[in-house]
Amino acid sequence: MSTNGSVIRCSIDGKEYLAKAGKYINDVARENGVYIPTLCNVIGIHPQGACRICTITVNGRMMTACTTPVAEGMDIKTNTSELQDLRKSIVELMYVEGNHFCPACEKSGNCELQALAYRFQMMVSRFPYTFPKRKIDARNPKLVKNYNRCILCKRCIRAIKDEQGRSYFAFRKRGHKVEVGIDVDLGKFISDEVAQKAMDICPVGALIKKEQAFRIPIGKRKYDKTPIGADVESHHV
Amino acid sequence: MKPPIPEITDELEIGEQVYQVTMVEIVHGIIKKYGSNPTRLMDILIDIQSEFRYIPPLVLAEISKELNISNIDIEQTISFYHFFSTTPTGKYTVYLNNSAVAYMMGREEVAQTFEREVGCKFGEVSADGMIGLFSTSCIGMSDQEPAALINGKLFTRLTPFRVKEIVRDLKALKHIDEIIVEGLGDGANALPEVHSMVQNNIRKKGPILADGYKAGEALKKIVKMKPDDVIAEVKASNIRGRGGAGFPTGMKWEICRNSPGDEKYIFCNADEGEPGTFKDRVILTEYPKMLMEGMALAGYAVGAKEGILYVRHEYGYLQKHLEKVIEGGRKKNYLGKNICGREDFDFDIRIQFGAGSYVCGEESALIESAEGKRGEPRDRPPFPVESGYLGKPTIVNNVETLCSIVKVIVHGAQWYRSMGTKESSGTKVVSISGDCKYPGVYEIEWGFSVNDVLEMIGASDVQAVQVGGPSGTLIAPNEFNRTLSYTDLSTGGSIIIFGKHRDLLKDVVLNFTNFFIDESCGSCSTCRNIPIHLRTKLEKILNARGVDKDIQEMLEWAKILKASRCGLGQTAANPIVSSIKNFRPLYDQKIQHGKDFDSSFDMLKAVQESCDAVSRVPHVH
Ligand SMILES: Cc1cc2nc3c(=O)[nH]c(=O)nc-3n(C[C@H](O)[C@H](O)[C@H](O)COP(=O)(O)O)c2cc1C
Ligand code: SF4
Ligand code: FES
Repeated sequence: MSTNGSVIRCSIDGKEYLAKAGKYINDVARENGVYIPTLCNVIGIHPQGACRICTITVNGRMMTACTTPVAEGMDIKTNTSELQDLRKSIVELMYVEGNHFCPACEKSGNCELQALAYRFQMMVSRFPYTFPKRKIDARNPKLVKNYNRCILCKRCIRAIKDEQGRSYFAFRKRGHKVEVGIDVDLGKFISDEVAQKAMDICPVGALIKKEQAFRIPIGKRKYDKTPIGADVESHHV
Repeated sequence: MKPPIPEITDELEIGEQVYQVTMVEIVHGIIKKYGSNPTRLMDILIDIQSEFRYIPPLVLAEISKELNISNIDIEQTISFYHFFSTTPTGKYTVYLNNSAVAYMMGREEVAQTFEREVGCKFGEVSADGMIGLFSTSCIGMSDQEPAALINGKLFTRLTPFRVKEIVRDLKALKHIDEIIVEGLGDGANALPEVHSMVQNNIRKKGPILADGYKAGEALKKIVKMKPDDVIAEVKASNIRGRGGAGFPTGMKWEICRNSPGDEKYIFCNADEGEPGTFKDRVILTEYPKMLMEGMALAGYAVGAKEGILYVRHEYGYLQKHLEKVIEGGRKKNYLGKNICGREDFDFDIRIQFGAGSYVCGEESALIESAEGKRGEPRDRPPFPVESGYLGKPTIVNNVETLCSIVKVIVHGAQWYRSMGTKESSGTKVVSISGDCKYPGVYEIEWGFSVNDVLEMIGASDVQAVQVGGPSGTLIAPNEFNRTLSYTDLSTGGSIIIFGKHRDLLKDVVLNFTNFFIDESCGSCSTCRNIPIHLRTKLEKILNARGVDKDIQEMLEWAKILKASRCGLGQTAANPIVSSIKNFRPLYDQKIQHGKDFDSSFDMLKAVQESCDAVSRVPHVH
């Protein structure tokens, strides 16, 4: 086992790289211009492999790139046709799990799920649509929580706490019934900055800050002209 | 129905005097008992639930204040576990097992009788608030089904007649112990602190289940050894984990010993949730001293001072028994300080109960749960041996593994390796249920074939055998010569027999698939969704609407599950995949051949049916 910080050698898609042991595979890949699609991950926040989109193989075994640190001698494959289809199928799963009507969504163009669907050229889901009945919770003074769009990535849960480390957001229930709830009492005191941070950290349009809309016009949004991942890939040749 | 919030909830008798205590006071008492420690949230909630038979939403604010965590974090834990409820569950709460074996043994009639006699459906509480009826996943009684938990006590081998008597007694407000009239079970089940009708059904003994175990023998031996030598002995025995995953135990201990950390922990995994498994229950009942000795051995070997015995909620009826054994161990100096006179050897055990969740048997979920959180498996690496309970190096071992190691220490690794096969040394305690004459617990050497097993348990006319529970494999008679071992048919201990008369797809495969759907923690996109889509397909096929492509798609979609975080999701399609592989004709009989999609929709018939339902005359051309 290599200790954190020492330099190790690993291979990504057949090319050899040197990297600091202990760094996540996803971070090492990005720094070297290899884009591994991610969805639940936010760089700098403790990862929790929930979406499984960043699945890669390490010495033939499936692992998640966002949670697995690199180690000496790893043979990492990020881009086999099986893995690509796996990722596409996960995006398709998410589309049928909730109700994602992009044209009517404030996040359209800034939405990572939508951007990935474009990147994977998803036309229609291979899974049957379920059109579940979901609620919209507008009780919070600053935020609207739209359960139709939530993909349960846990980003808000992990990233946003109050000064005492208490949670504004948490899971409720389990299995296919899980949902992300907002604390009713604590949520009353949420500041504008925290509400904005919550909206920004949500990869889709499940958390929308109240009293503002379309601050950035359609056409000028993050993924309107460049596909998701292009920034990583253009980084290196 | 919104429950009234009772202000005065309890009467506390101290001597002659009766005091009235408010709910908030009781809750404060409970929180204090656990040192206002948020990592003990499970215990706090378990006590509140058993006090009020539900967790009144009113108390959330109190817990939140005292523990300085938000309401939503408490809700997160409460809503994860099956046995926590935020609405009243009745003065008597019935949890009837809904496993495949329970249905095979007559669950349907038993459930109908409950509903008729109580006057409400499953999932509801009777109008007077007296009796609540609920379903639950396998409760570890597959050798004596149908079985139910009523206020924590077990009622096994239920019949419609018996259910009528029980409901009559419940309505007469009898104490739960008075309602057990069948007589008590064998062995320790009959002890006053257990007082249970559960039977052990031990049918074949080997070195672990053998009579004549002398408590403390192994401990007295190791205190004269160096910890590294203890680990070397365990390694030499070649023993592998008995909880299902089969990781070499000696190696696990060695890694944990070498992991840096000022504190280390030993967990015994007694969560036993895999449907059809009940051998750990029997060990907890009859051999708890051996188990705790095994935990202390592990503590000595890796340098841990605290052990946590994580027991599933369903075995709560053993609580006093287990506590008494721990107390006895301390008196004998097998637990506590300076164990067996060795100065630097301190080790003690606390019991942590679960609250109804199969996935908590996964080792990292077990740890999360013991820290008071929802039982969500962690990403690995890091493994618990490096970073486990409270971030410290932690060993998680199955009940049987720890007991086996006591025997390894007493009799030596050489002796242990003389049993079983080359790769799978020693014995395995298996739980056998289903269509056979002698369901129960058997300790066999590794290397038994399925045929040997069937002969041993008196099973004939067998259609299929499920080895390793729902996450294992469903095998057909042409494979009954395969052997139980880590290299062939690996099993955590559950073997279920299905006779020729069973409808495998409906009664077994569908039931198992539902089990995984109910028990998924819901974190992975794959595990949360794919089993639902698979079930829809399976139901389509069962309803004779399936086509060839549906089978192909089921196999394709099953592969996606392999990208899940833990073993639950990774194996959730096994019932479907192994039945397609080994029982393909059952699928072929049901599908429409040579078609690309279901073309069986009959407009005229559908219109007729819907008109019949609303008493109208169809008007179709
Ligand atoms: C969904 C799931 C449930 C599990 N349930 C149990 C269980 O009830 N008891 C158990 O000992 N191991 C269970 N395991 C295996 C544990 O993760 C772990 O491997 C085991 O407790 C290690 O002990 P051992 O090496 O002594 O077998 C489960 C694993 C998974 C993925
Ligand atoms: S595989 Fe299923 S049970 Fe395991 S972590 Fe993922 S969602 Fe939870
Ligand atoms: S980005 Fe790695 S699991 Fe979601």
